Amino acid sequence: MRRYRYSLVIASLVIAIGAVAPATPAMAQDKPRYGGELIFAVPSEPPSYDAHREETFGIIHPVAPHYNTLLRPDPTDKLAAKIVGDLAESWTISKDGRTYTFKLRHGVKFHDGSEMTSKDIKASYDKIIFPPPGVASDRKGEYLDVEAVQAPDPYTVVFRLKWPSGSFLMSLASPWNWIYKADILAKDMHWYETHVMGTGPFIFVEHVRGSHWVGKRNPNYWDKGKPYLDGYRAIFIRDSAAQVAAIRGERAHIQFRGFSPAERDSLVQALGSKITVQESPWDCVLLVAMNHEKKPFDDKRVRRALSLALDRYQGSQALSKIAIVKEVAGVQVPGTPFATPPAELEKLAGYGHDITKARAEARRLLKEAGVPDGFTFTFKNRGIPMPYEPVGVWLIDQWRQIGLNVKQDVVEAAKYFAELRGGNFEVAMDFQCGYIVEPDLDLYKFQSKERSPANYGRYTDAMLDDLYEKQSRAVDPEERKKYIREFERRLLDEETHYLYTLQWHRTIPHSSKVKGWTITPSHYLNNQLDTVWLTE
Amino acid sequence: MTRYIIKRLLLMIPTLLGVAVLVFFLMRIVPGDIVELRFAGESVYASKENLDTERARLGLDQPVWRQFLGWMGGLVRLDFGTSMWTGAPIGEEIRLRFALSLQLAIMATIVAIALAIPLGVIAALRQDTWIDYVVRVLSIAGLATPSFWLGIVFILALLIVFKWLPPMVYTPFWVNPADNLAQLIWPALAVGYRYSAVATRMTRSAMLEVLREDYIRTARAKGLWEKLILSRHALKNAMLPVLTVIALEFAFLIGGLVVTEQVFNLNGLGLLFVEAVAHRDYTLTQALVMLVAFVFIFVNFLVDLAYAWIDPRIRFR
Repeated sequence: MRRYRYSLVIASLVIAIGAVAPATPAMAQDKPRYGGELIFAVPSEPPSYDAHREETFGIIHPVAPHYNTLLRPDPTDKLAAKIVGDLAESWTISKDGRTYTFKLRHGVKFHDGSEMTSKDIKASYDKIIFPPPGVASDRKGEYLDVEAVQAPDPYTVVFRLKWPSGSFLMSLASPWNWIYKADILAKDMHWYETHVMGTGPFIFVEHVRGSHWVGKRNPNYWDKGKPYLDGYRAIFIRDSAAQVAAIRGERAHIQFRGFSPAERDSLVQALGSKITVQESPWDCVLLVAMNHEKKPFDDKRVRRALSLALDRYQGSQALSKIAIVKEVAGVQVPGTPFATPPAELEKLAGYGHDITKARAEARRLLKEAGVPDGFTFTFKNRGIPMPYEPVGVWLIDQWRQIGLNVKQDVVEAAKYFAELRGGNFEVAMDFQCGYIVEPDLDLYKFQSKERSPANYGRYTDAMLDDLYEKQSRAVDPEERKKYIREFERRLLDEETHYLYTLQWHRTIPHSSKVKGWTITPSHYLNNQLDTVWLTE
Repeated sequence: MTRYIIKRLLLMIPTLLGVAVLVFFLMRIVPGDIVELRFAGESVYASKENLDTERARLGLDQPVWRQFLGWMGGLVRLDFGTSMWTGAPIGEEIRLRFALSLQLAIMATIVAIALAIPLGVIAALRQDTWIDYVVRVLSIAGLATPSFWLGIVFILALLIVFKWLPPMVYTPFWVNPADNLAQLIWPALAVGYRYSAVATRMTRSAMLEVLREDYIRTARAKGLWEKLILSRHALKNAMLPVLTVIALEFAFLIGGLVVTEQVFNLNGLGLLFVEAVAHRDYTLTQALVMLVAFVFIFVNFLVDLAYAWIDPRIRFR
């Protein structure tokens, strides 16, 4: 009993000291401190080491610190909308908007000591945009506007476009487009799938499959004075409860993807000032795909009724307490340059504030379309709990309120994609995550099925395709905004091809020791770690 | 005895062959596709052309019979190929995880034996006394408590009371014994407790049965020392069914601790197995099934040998 009492006294002292202690260093921590090893949890693992071919953040988080890209979003910009040079020092755009000339930094060295030149940029982009036979590159679809990549001298790269593009700079800031060494690619296009060798701030040390990934400081990094960390260690932790435990038990400083509100609250409650929370709207959204090839979802009145049934504002309030969703938004993340102003958003079907009126309209439309009260359909949902499960339950409840009877079919991930692509569903949960908030990326999916393999609604809409092209080629931002609004109106209101549910909300509770890292709307960004430092 | 061993070893071959055929075709029946999952899942640009290129690279464009012959050919040469998901050699994928799973299985078995044998024997000797009741309650509680739940309780208790969490990265015992044990002792206790519950109940009932045998009564009538009767005559004979239970549980632990591995973030075979199936990684799943099947068969073989050693009548049948 006495020992127990002593433990309590000691524990109280430790808590009291802990509560006071962070205040002192925090005040003196404006200047980055060198040293230390950043430890972070990664919920997924890289399948291969080649980001040009992979789709998962599981490769970005542990492997990105070994590489640079040509451009990147400013790591201090919370919206990730401002583009800065990474390997490019400066750039110019020709008057016709079709030639982009980049001047490269001098003295950039690969980790093997060789110099990085325009040859390497060209080889990397040629692999992505014009892959040789036998090399699959999904991302070439993103660069359909590129005619040629040229390297006129060792420090100049030129991209020639077929037409002007409003998004080209953003697409060169893709976190997937790591710059590889040309000589290696010339010998073996698949070498980077199993090896790591870049110009980034950290040098590869080891990868123990299923366990962890280690990088150490690159002493010859071109950005003098960086990185601040001695190294980093990414621990692969699949289970979210174990990730929370890792942060709480100080086995990890941070997890860069995101936690749920409940997980955030438990960490804040347990660790108090030892935890810093950063939050942002997330460039991910759960969508509802309605199969236009199945009746009655070929009827736009029925699709519109499904949207009108949703009380998105009430849903946002309720769901944001338990799930990683929050903002009511259109086709762009709120707060970003092309986002829909709230006043315009309210005009779209299902975005008004009078839910009684909207649901009465929904019932009328269903009756007009010949859909009887109590009509039953199956809603296919993906077998991932967060946020698919709560959002799925919410959708079913909303649709029930306009007299629809919805049966949920939860499908395991591997089967789910086959079902979606094969059109084997009536209504299904679909999703989209962007690496950067850019209309070209976010709207591509919604073009006609002949153009977009990810159009699971299986519709053809020439007008939508035309609007996509117009917004993509509009160089003037105001003109582009106009086309985006038209696209959005057609997609979500006039034709109601797809339903947007709620924007995801990214929450990163991390150790207060971690400084120099800024949250962005994408979990694919800001993982080079060159600006990150530890207070102790 | 040698003939007996050879016969048992030869019997392993058709069993493993049957497992190989079954797992190969079962995996092809399961809906879903590794290429769709990996390249079309999160990409809006995944074209059919790209998916076909990837399928060809993985050999999935080949007729099933040709894929089967290739797999069987590799199996005969003990070459399991590479993982379809990671491209890494399967031997490399399994090696580190196997070391962890084997160590955890051994540690959990030690915990289970250390608890089960003495408790089971005492409960049998003190049948229907308070000691027996306590042991029975403990063992029923062990059966009713999933080891992953106990693991969560351990983690929460360590975090809340001691503000400490076991290491989340595996360190081999020979590299750093302290770190190794600090990580594995908790799952070993959580798993070992459940495992001991099964073995305790089996030990108790086997002992009760043996203690009623004529030869025990005879030994007592002869005035033999009670400790000698228990250790040499009763316990040795009671161990036959207990040995089977322990062996089967041990084999299960090699690849079956999925949730416990998840809770403690252990890089073991159980999680690898689940991920391989979830990814529709045919080559890795097939290799893991073969490995687990081999472990089961081999452990059973060892149990049979132990039976033959403990009970000489088995050798002469």
